[in-house]
Amino acid sequence: MSLAVILLLLFVIGGSLAALFGTAPLDLAGILADRYLAHVLLFTTIQAALSAVLSVGFALPVARALARRTRFPGRTLLLRLFGLPMVMPAIVAVFAIVTLYGESGWLHGLAAGIGLPLGSFLYGIEGILIAHVFFNMPFAARTLLAGLESVPGESWRLASQLGMRSSQVFRLIEWPALRAAMASTAGLVFMLCFASFTVTLTLGGGPAWASLEAAIYQALRYDFDPPRAAVLALLQLAISGGLLLALHRLMVPAPVSPGIGRPQPRPDVAGWSGKILDAGLLVLAGLYVGLPVLAVVISGLSGALALVLGAAATWRAVVIGVAVSMVATLLAVAGALCLILARRRLLPPGLVAFIGSLPLACSPLALGAGLFVLLLRLGAPLDLGLGLVALINGVMGLPYVVRVVAPAAAEAAARHDRLAASLGIAGWSRWRLIDWPLLRRPIGLAGALVAALSFGDLGAIALFGTPNTATLPLLIYQQLAAYRLDAAAVTALLLVALALGGFVLIERLVGGPEHG
Amino acid sequence: MAEPMLELAEVTFRYEDLVMRFDLRVERGECVAVIGPSGAGKSTMLALIAGFEAPLSGRIHIEGSDVTALPPARRPVTSLFQEHNLFPHLTAAENVGLGIDPGLRLDAAARARVSAALDHVGLAGFEARLPGQLSGGERQRVALARSLVRKRPLLLLDEPFAALGPAQRREMLDLVNALGRDLGFTLLFVSHQPEDARHAASRVLFVENGRILCDGPTATIFTPPLAAPLAAYLGIDEPGTG
Repeated sequence: MSLAVILLLLFVIGGSLAALFGTAPLDLAGILADRYLAHVLLFTTIQAALSAVLSVGFALPVARALARRTRFPGRTLLLRLFGLPMVMPAIVAVFAIVTLYGESGWLHGLAAGIGLPLGSFLYGIEGILIAHVFFNMPFAARTLLAGLESVPGESWRLASQLGMRSSQVFRLIEWPALRAAMASTAGLVFMLCFASFTVTLTLGGGPAWASLEAAIYQALRYDFDPPRAAVLALLQLAISGGLLLALHRLMVPAPVSPGIGRPQPRPDVAGWSGKILDAGLLVLAGLYVGLPVLAVVISGLSGALALVLGAAATWRAVVIGVAVSMVATLLAVAGALCLILARRRLLPPGLVAFIGSLPLACSPLALGAGLFVLLLRLGAPLDLGLGLVALINGVMGLPYVVRVVAPAAAEAAARHDRLAASLGIAGWSRWRLIDWPLLRRPIGLAGALVAALSFGDLGAIALFGTPNTATLPLLIYQQLAAYRLDAAAVTALLLVALALGGFVLIERLVGGPEHG
Repeated sequence: MAEPMLELAEVTFRYEDLVMRFDLRVERGECVAVIGPSGAGKSTMLALIAGFEAPLSGRIHIEGSDVTALPPARRPVTSLFQEHNLFPHLTAAENVGLGIDPGLRLDAAARARVSAALDHVGLAGFEARLPGQLSGGERQRVALARSLVRKRPLLLLDEPFAALGPAQRREMLDLVNALGRDLGFTLLFVSHQPEDARHAASRVLFVENGRILCDGPTATIFTPPLAAPLAAYLGIDEPGTG
């Protein structure tokens, strides 16, 4: 079984790679001399680096404020809000950011209201950074907060007894606890932003601000230049692969040493200046993440509701999207489970883990470009598009499932393997009696995540979608491109509502009751 | 007689369903062992004295002054925990130096005091070692050296030697006792091992369910007939056979 999954992965990724290599003019000197390529590469790197620095730089004081203030009204709500960008489709966030920061947006309205004319700034690197920080700052803040919360209680007691001040606490306790987490988080954000497609395509505002991913799309869909797309895709895969390897080295799991169980009071939280600073930071972070969410809801409800909800195209897109994301989710979950449950038997675990994380290095656009080229060469009709979209999203979702489910599966194996073996529980009975009850919660969570991500994904569908096979994200992209903001508003709200609703539904249905 | 080193007067504290109440008077220079089952409130009592927890009611006096409302740093107390007494990224000397200045601005005289303290606990020349390069016992010696440079008269030990073997534990207790005598410290130590109490303490408190149920000189408290709750804890059924 797991062999089949590995073969499928190798076939998809390898086939795509082979097609790319077959198409790309393998002329290294030519590639290096290509000024457009150099420009795209440089810009992709710069925007990813800036995004990583800004996201982590903003996340650090926010995480610290959250760690210092363990009790204030709305803390739980703020942390929930910080989880939203993870499942918010990129195209919806782009719409929200246009609504907030665009020329006819809220910010410009506010500025005009107080007589402060504001120039247009959104399209270009500014917009890209605004969006990338929206996506990654909350995630980084939550990661860093977890790092701070893992400081043993004894350290806080020691700091209290020694009378450390806020700056000393930062230097001697917080910074050492965060240094490693900051490096790996920044690396991850860099990788995610390096592979950013939707944001750079829509907010980049043209070829001058194109990332590699957006350039692949433009090469295939606008210029119909498969060799160029192939070169770009190979570059993307090579760099992402290198980054993934580098990141694996950065991600050394911190030694877990449980100290005093209960959270300990900190010595540096009494001062008024600190209180005001933290409150200001948390309000700012809350607004930065919360306002786009609010913008989606408000403009969605006041948009062209009747027009969009009455259109057959909308509902066709919903049906297609649900079908595609269901197939993708089933593929990802089934594939991941085969890998995970077999990892202790057939193959060395390191190899399985590596293969499981391979899709992280593949962007949907690069993978899609390979399959696109493959189809062209085989002369197959592009009508296969929707199946490929599901396949690509499934492959892309697989590592998420592995990440969420594998630790729980390893724990279950460590605890129950011997008992199960001694009682002779194996095969289907083992799955039914032991693995499924213990793993259904992480499986539900991972499945819900993959379904939401694939339902909101624009990458693969942008390559293979046609006017007749558009999903909601593609519909929004077309509406934005045509400046039909009132229609995009409603479609965006519908997409978010369905993605979130689907997420909750799948998590509950598969994951089972809360304390099952 | 002079005022006591430590006095707990009707100190109450609530943890989940257990309401604790402590009344205690400890004279200067005593070495008091606190024994009892886990969850009885031994560590909580030490946390209340150090100021890590605030009592529901009652007063805590140290050297005659009321410290109930003081933050931990302003109480004349040093605590040693079971683990995490040292910051893993700071050297032994720096970990000790924190006791002189929590910002680690140390002049030559301060550094000399740090070295002297390390010498005093048998770790001469260990200044540049990181905690990861030290054994469990050596790490606790470094923490002990920090309590020497802090010079707070009341030392609270919350099972810092629990992870050590019996011989090493006795050795550490002897070291603590010797330091206590040299520098005039008053000691309270929590232990799960009655033989530790017998070996090192001049006085024993038996704590159960958030109360001090037995309190007396070591010489008499372990002498049969034992008090009923202590006998039950030690697993001695009939008084007089232990």
